[in-house]
Amino acid sequence: MRTVLDPTGERQAPARALLPRPTSLQGRTVGLLDISKARGDVVLDRLAELLRADGAMVRRYRKPTFARVAPVDLRHEITEQCEVVIEALAD
Amino acid sequence: MQGPAASVRAVGGKGVLVGSRRERASGGGQGGPCRVAFVELPDGLVAVVKRDCPTCVLVEPVLRRLGAAVWCQDDPTWFDHEDTDLELSYRLGIETVPTLLRRENGAETARTVGWSRTQWEALTGVAGLGEGLPEHRPGCGSLSVDPFRIDALEARYGGSGLTSRRVELADLEDEHEALFDRGWTDGLPVVPPTPERVVRMLRGTTRDPQEVVAVVPPDLVACTVEKVAVNAVMAGCLPEHLPVVLAAVEAAAAEEFALHGLLATTYFSGPVVIVNGPVAARIGMNSGVNALGQGNRANATIGRALQLVVRNVGGGRPGEVDRATLGNPGKVTFCFAEREQDSPFAPLAADRGVSGDAVTVFAGSGVQPVVDQLSRDPESLARTFAACLRVNAHPKLPMAFDAMLVVSPEHGRVLREAGWDRARLLAELDGLLRLPAGELVRGAGGMAEGVPPGVAADELPKFRPGGLLVAHAGGDAGLFSAIVGGWVSGETGSVPVTREVRA
Repeated sequence: MRTVLDPTGERQAPARALLPRPTSLQGRTVGLLDISKARGDVVLDRLAELLRADGAMVRRYRKPTFARVAPVDLRHEITEQCEVVIEALAD
Repeated sequence: MQGPAASVRAVGGKGVLVGSRRERASGGGQGGPCRVAFVELPDGLVAVVKRDCPTCVLVEPVLRRLGAAVWCQDDPTWFDHEDTDLELSYRLGIETVPTLLRRENGAETARTVGWSRTQWEALTGVAGLGEGLPEHRPGCGSLSVDPFRIDALEARYGGSGLTSRRVELADLEDEHEALFDRGWTDGLPVVPPTPERVVRMLRGTTRDPQEVVAVVPPDLVACTVEKVAVNAVMAGCLPEHLPVVLAAVEAAAAEEFALHGLLATTYFSGPVVIVNGPVAARIGMNSGVNALGQGNRANATIGRALQLVVRNVGGGRPGEVDRATLGNPGKVTFCFAEREQDSPFAPLAADRGVSGDAVTVFAGSGVQPVVDQLSRDPESLARTFAACLRVNAHPKLPMAFDAMLVVSPEHGRVLREAGWDRARLLAELDGLLRLPAGELVRGAGGMAEGVPPGVAADELPKFRPGGLLVAHAGGDAGLFSAIVGGWVSGETGSVPVTREVRA
């Protein structure tokens, strides 16, 4: 019998079910999060156009830098104000 | 005369329970029976001996005459009781055999070691002991203090304070494969982190095993000294490397280093550890020939331990949070000592405010060679450095990416003989790395990459203030230096961090 010590953080992440997906974005508030990557604004501008044409309310958000995690306040703001979030992630 | 009752049994009876945990019998690796190691000590005379000790052999008749309850460390057949797993010896703190104890009402009231007629007579109250024996003989070392056994005993029986989950490997599992299977390695085999190895590793620091060293991203897990030690064992570290690993973990987890982003980025970079101070030589680090390469245990394992902490404790794994497009081989390990001897510069850490033993972490991306075999004056050499640094990440991207210039001894000599220190070299490079805005704009030179049009300034610096580190390392021969490319810099990215190495 050989025993080794667990090298991990021994974290047990609680499993949480995804919220039900909305069947339509009509009248919903959609947050667009720009993580400050180059040209992320290009894709989000176009998405905003398309979403508004579909009758969604669009709110725009921006992380100060893509290299660091989103500030807590920004995450709270999005949670409070939006029903759906689209993040322009990576390149 | 029959000695007082003593037994090795599970429960019940008079006396003191010395043991407290169920242990597998040693050698029970094939699924042997589970022996219960509650050792119940009787009142009266108790002795611990080993047959390999001539003094123990000498006093055998005395012990039998006294009817002492005798535990033998190395021969289970010699007396009634055996302590071949050394649990009793460890718990009683036996350092010498023979040790003779007197116990009353479950507590030890007297102890003597070795053979001394007067002391044994005083302890036992029996006169005329050991007829024909010399007056005294020193004992031998107890197996329970054997340096090769003490770590295992402490891990098994001692108050080692280890709190990590214990994982029992199945008998048919190959121990190295088992660690791969659990996702705990970086792709190379690791040293299995057995409790005794972790106990031994923790002897490398005076810090409490449960002290929290850092909160490690991406999972933001509070990482204890013990968890760092577990991963240091796996990386192949020696105990004397542990303080450097601890300092590196602390530094890498500092907020301004932005380890979460550094891990998650699609870019190449990972933490590079530069060690300064006497500790580097003391633990055998390499700052000389092949300093950035393979072959030195301390360099290789310290950098690897940091990465294993990120992987295992923080939960940062390639393909998950780590999204590197290509990565670089230094993400397995990238750690070296600065060559302070013959350096034209003050130690890097000292220039950054921490003198003596210290680590500096830098978000680095691999090594780019700098060749200049002809420059014999610092102005010419600085121009070579500047020309090579200009292409860092992209020749048309200013202030976007940091870099570290590792100056070799032969290049360093040119600077030293001219009296150029780090500040002088950096000032020169700053002047040489002011780039004409027209050359940087998008589309210039037929390359779409570049800065947006409309930059107000005529020139832009290649590096942000503080974005270029300069260190000294390498073998005596070779007019080559190295550029270690960095990552996104400063407040939008990573800032190098220096921390003291504490014992």
